[in-house]
Amino acid sequence: MAQDRPTTSELLSAIGDFLREEATPALDRAEPRLGFQMRVAVNSLAILERESRLGPAADAREHARLVALIGRDGTLAELNRELARQLRAGERDERDAALMTHLDATTADKIAIANPKWR
Amino acid sequence: MTIHTANEAEIVAAGLASAASRHFGGPATIEGLRRESGGASRQTWCFDALVGDQRHELILRRDPPTTGAAERASATALDRATEFGVLRAAFRSGVRAPEVLFELAAQDGLGEGFVMRRVGGIAIARKLLRDPPYADARGKIARQLGEIVARIHAVDTAGLPPLPHREAADQVAALRTALDSLDQPQPVFELALSWLDRRRPAPTARPLLVHGDFRTGNYLADEHGVTAILDWEGAHLGDPIEDLGWLCVKSWRFGSIDKPAGGFGSREELWSAYENAGGIAVDPARAHWWEVFGTVRWGVICLTQAWRHLSGSVKSMELASIGRRAVETEVDLLQLLKEAS
Repeated sequence: MAQDRPTTSELLSAIGDFLREEATPALDRAEPRLGFQMRVAVNSLAILERESRLGPAADAREHARLVALIGRDGTLAELNRELARQLRAGERDERDAALMTHLDATTADKIAIANPKWR
Repeated sequence: MTIHTANEAEIVAAGLASAASRHFGGPATIEGLRRESGGASRQTWCFDALVGDQRHELILRRDPPTTGAAERASATALDRATEFGVLRAAFRSGVRAPEVLFELAAQDGLGEGFVMRRVGGIAIARKLLRDPPYADARGKIARQLGEIVARIHAVDTAGLPPLPHREAADQVAALRTALDSLDQPQPVFELALSWLDRRRPAPTARPLLVHGDFRTGNYLADEHGVTAILDWEGAHLGDPIEDLGWLCVKSWRFGSIDKPAGGFGSREELWSAYENAGGIAVDPARAHWWEVFGTVRWGVICLTQAWRHLSGSVKSMELASIGRRAVETEVDLLQLLKEAS
């Protein structure tokens, strides 16, 4: 069943804006240590907001690439476990262009959610 | 995270008064005691001890008595007594490090810990890298770090307490073990560890004292530059180039990404200062290996810090959130491996 608006992203944004603009300055005056913790919380909410918008499509793309790369179907966790095993065993390495394309794309999608300013 | 109470401060003040009186050989009064930010398990307290008409500006580093092995930041971290011994040896051989004075005793009731003289300066990277008072210092820090780390590596290992000996191969194995203890497969870290494993440098002919966490954020600096190297709990014997590689990991540039030496200078500046101060000749390939290794290491630390929360051993939103920083090192690793090929 579809929920009424706000959407996940809209609600997370509203909470984040309130905490950053109103709660954090008050906390900084009262208890700076908690002000720092609040910034950590606000930053984490922003990650969740981006994940709610970008995560499902990123997961689907990663899954499709992994199925092609590994050559069989499975859950994201199963396919990644198999890929990790192959990499540790040395069955694939950085000279494998398809592997590197996959890792670049997956990492680009992850950083776009976790910290888009990272460079 | 534990909120420290007035009660905790009173207990610490009482214990410090007895320990300081014993060390200085006269009744000591404790003033201005306050807890610095930092972890719940490993505490840093700032205070003055008044003995007669002498005021001593001091720092306490301690693990509270309740701290169990599960709360230790890392299984490879030194205990406080060993850290004390390493700091004392380093200070005596002229390393810019805090002067340690005395250890806590069981009767002080404060757990394991030691007291050292307070050193001026700040450790906050973002201020050192951007604030006006540090403009001059910014031009000096890379060279100073090269000189200081050369001194660390020159400490006579015969004068050190027993330390773990960790070479490149041990460290790669330790990161794989750490990954295995987490519940999520990590293809980029596996790729990088296999890359490292195939290229690992030969063990050092003579293992030296390695600081183990030599990076921006772990030293104090003032407007003239570096005043003291802190955080010695990762000290071990091994390959000295490990410290140079770790300092250059991109996460320790705090945004000044075009200055690999901790955000303050070039690798070449760092290496030449190191060599001129008596360090061994730096092989760029070996330094690159340790920089790649350090990048994986920081990524795995991010995951294990989050795991301390996820496993229930410490409840901490801050630790939990660090898990989402691991991907920053994945981005950097893919870049580093491309540059190397």
